[in-house]
Amino acid sequence: MELICPAGTPAAFREAVEAGADAVYCGFRDETNARNFPGLNFSREEMRQAIALARARGVLTFVALNTFMRAGDEALWYRAADDAVAMGADALILADFGLMAYVAEKYPQQRLHVSVQASASNPDAIRFVVNAFGARRVVLPRVLTVQDIARLTRQIECEVEVFAFGGLCVMAEGRCSLSSYATGKSPNMNGVCSPASHVRYRQDGDELVSELGAYTINRFGPDEASGYPTLCKGRFEIGDVHGYAFEDPVSLDVVDQIDALRQAGVSALKIEGRQRGKAYVAEVVSALKRALVAAPAERAALVARLRAMSEGQRTTPGAYDKRWR
Amino acid sequence: MGAMTRKPAVSLGPAYFLWDGPKWRDFYFRIADEPAVDHVTLGETVCSKRQHFSEPYVAEVVERLEAAGKTVILSTLAMVTLERESRHVRDLVRDSTHPLEANDLSALGLLAGLPHSIGPLVNVYNAATARVLAARGATNICLPPELPESSIRQMLSEMPGFSFEIFAFGRAPLAISARCAHARSKGLSKDNCQFVCGDEPDGLPLRTLDRKSFLVLNGVQTMSDTCVVLLGELAALAEAGISRVRLSPQDCDMAAVARLYRGVIDGDLEGDEAIARLAEIYPTAPFSNGFFHQREGAAWVARGRNAGLGQA
Repeated sequence: MELICPAGTPAAFREAVEAGADAVYCGFRDETNARNFPGLNFSREEMRQAIALARARGVLTFVALNTFMRAGDEALWYRAADDAVAMGADALILADFGLMAYVAEKYPQQRLHVSVQASASNPDAIRFVVNAFGARRVVLPRVLTVQDIARLTRQIECEVEVFAFGGLCVMAEGRCSLSSYATGKSPNMNGVCSPASHVRYRQDGDELVSELGAYTINRFGPDEASGYPTLCKGRFEIGDVHGYAFEDPVSLDVVDQIDALRQAGVSALKIEGRQRGKAYVAEVVSALKRALVAAPAERAALVARLRAMSEGQRTTPGAYDKRWR
Repeated sequence: MGAMTRKPAVSLGPAYFLWDGPKWRDFYFRIADEPAVDHVTLGETVCSKRQHFSEPYVAEVVERLEAAGKTVILSTLAMVTLERESRHVRDLVRDSTHPLEANDLSALGLLAGLPHSIGPLVNVYNAATARVLAARGATNICLPPELPESSIRQMLSEMPGFSFEIFAFGRAPLAISARCAHARSKGLSKDNCQFVCGDEPDGLPLRTLDRKSFLVLNGVQTMSDTCVVLLGELAALAEAGISRVRLSPQDCDMAAVARLYRGVIDGDLEGDEAIARLAEIYPTAPFSNGFFHQREGAAWVARGRNAGLGQA
């Protein structure tokens, strides 16, 4: 299985290459990609250099253009695709059907990967993107169990990539407007979720309150570790019960199921985290690279090390485990 | 000016909530008797586990609606992950004598070459995507609730004559998950849910820890606490060339809701007056139109007095 690694900066890109990534995914510094955060991503020149560096080391570069094109401003996305192709990107990761059609028609030789944001979650959906746009690989939404994935790969003529480690979307990706409901900014349109521009912390007695837009997302007692107010990982009230209504502040980790995923026919494992620093990227990539070739008995120590690096040091197998539902 | 504009049709979207079979049937019987409704899209959309509640009544409901002159469209599942769900969509595509509404990529693929509708849960953010879908057989596209007015206008201007539908009433469907937060809130999981989502026929309120209303849970779907209301915007939408106005069923008198929207479309009722009356018909949820006005979706942007068709 290939290891697909995140890079939000040229420095993180170099670290990922050094640490043994088979491919690095990254995006341009604008709203064409779903990690459109201040200070992140690549200028055209940085992308050109990154692709050259990767190529010299035998590493692939995947360019994520995985937001949905704003009506009337499609040229921004088309130009990004044109440039990425011209720079020699090994694959474009796309979510918008209009953009897929543009790339498929103009660059039929270009390798097209379907972003997790497109939500292709079953064999008929994958056949659709293969037949309509010549997709070569689909990044599966985090809504399937390992068993579902095994059943799916047997029925399709298309590579499958799955998220193995990092941030966890609780909702089906690309189908969530919770962030824009609270802030006006969404992953699909703006490439951001629960954006920092709308986050506020305030002290209320001995509690720290985290807010997103006009909404309290969590309250932390004096002895509790506070966290970022990602909307779907907040504490809410239902009836008279307070708690994490959707998911605790945990991150995804299915490293201990590497063998099952390989047997399920998965071609590539993806690490989430383009917003993370270069040290994190280096550490996670090298640990996962070793985990991929380690004997199951040796893997436990690597897994433990990875877990310590996760958000809140707590992880879940998420939807890969049927019991998560 | 108003006379030049083709009036949009009133369309009823699929009921997203779990209503028991007789309630579901009676709801549609009532709609059949309501002349203000032109198109009805129906069928379980949110969760395949619920299908057996409405299925026994689909045939008689469809017959009744068609006898009353309504166009009937059958909805498909929003999220398809299980073999059983795939089979259900395939069977619908193969056997249905009615047009279908695609709500996920599997239906999009299977419906290629057949006339069909696109539901608001498919990501259509621009005309390039709409053209791809139209070329494959889509004849009507209900745009995602998240779209701002500028995007809607841009698509209408690029594809004049194509049938676009706007989500104009109802709690906005905001997210769907493999996990059932509704069952979880009652100490259950999706696989042994005991259909507890049926206990809240208009959604289970989720508030912030400061007790501010925020969202409602509807099984695996998360919806807005507020109800999208685009009554004040109908005139502008009609002029821009919207073909259909979608009302998403809430647990209230939807026939009365449809009459209000029809009244504003026909110029018999002013937007502000309709909004005031709507608050009596559906007092459960505050109104919102923030997505349309490119604000946070929960926002309510009051319109000027001259916004209603009745002023033209």
